[in-house]
Amino acid sequence: MLHVLAEQGAGELEAGLKTIGAGIVYGGAAIGPGIGIGIVVGNAITAMARQPEASGPVRTTMFLGIAFTEALALFGFVLAFLLKG
Amino acid sequence: MTFGLEFPAVSQLVQWKVIWGSDWYGVTRVTIQIILSVVIILAFFLIAGSKRKLVPTGAQNVAESAVDFVQEGIILQSMGEEGLSWTPFMLTLFSFILVLNFWEVLPGFQMPVTAHIAIPAELAILIWVLFNAVGIKSQGFFGYLKGMAFPPGVPWPLYILVTPIEIVSTLFVRPLSLAVRLFANMLAGHLLLASFAVLSAGMFTAEAVFLKPFGVLPFGLLIALMGFEVLVSFLQAFIFTILAAVYIGLAMHPEH
Repeated sequence: MLHVLAEQGAGELEAGLKTIGAGIVYGGAAIGPGIGIGIVVGNAITAMARQPEASGPVRTTMFLGIAFTEALALFGFVLAFLLKG
Repeated sequence: MTFGLEFPAVSQLVQWKVIWGSDWYGVTRVTIQIILSVVIILAFFLIAGSKRKLVPTGAQNVAESAVDFVQEGIILQSMGEEGLSWTPFMLTLFSFILVLNFWEVLPGFQMPVTAHIAIPAELAILIWVLFNAVGIKSQGFFGYLKGMAFPPGVPWPLYILVTPIEIVSTLFVRPLSLAVRLFANMLAGHLLLASFAVLSAGMFTAEAVFLKPFGVLPFGLLIALMGFEVLVSFLQAFIFTILAAVYIGLAMHPEH
């Protein structure tokens, strides 16, 4: 293990760890919003099926809810790029 | 025989050669795209409004349905009747972001201008200044601060927790998420299209002959994703505008 580390060029290990970290950041950030968007859209579909005449406002609110939920995943996406730098 | 693909770095996909000026303050293709967008929008609405007829045709038809969409789909849903005076601003914002996003799928350009953080950030700062100004104008400076920091209907011990959260979320998270949402969505779409383009190009030009026919698969997916990105461009312009309308509407009527 030690001599493998010694053979690497300077900064290679750091770059590799950064890449792994960026992957973990984006993967972790996508879990919650994924579940959240599922809940938002599922409930919106239930509402539209129960009251088709209200589907206009429901759709607008659904997109708003998706936008707020999705923001967290997008922060993770941007943070992953910042980490990889 | 190589199977490896060289994916270009992210910075390579969004940076363009400086045509005129220095590295810090210069004209690139993206600058030209912004100027073109302004010209296109201006020309479109001028042409649509120049020969107004009772029964609209052509450009006037499109312009009228755009105004209708902004009024009924965005303003009435979020600001109510008195927000209708904001129609020109909201229509400008919506069409500007829409055209900037549509560069992503336009053959020959293939670069969403909003994938540069500068443009969404600048628009978000504009919205931030606007909704704060509207709140101060309609409720007074201290009234606005009080309504923001101490939302009514909360038992007083909870204010220890609620007040910092409300201040941070209104003054910092709102503009940040507004800018990052538009930027990250368009950048992600751009990277997605670029990856599939690189993949299909790599397969079509592969040294191994048996790989070449399979290049059709990523290429077909690339075309399908183009259609999806048209939807995303529209949706992101819509979401940015409706969130701006919601923030300005909230500043106009405090919660009570």
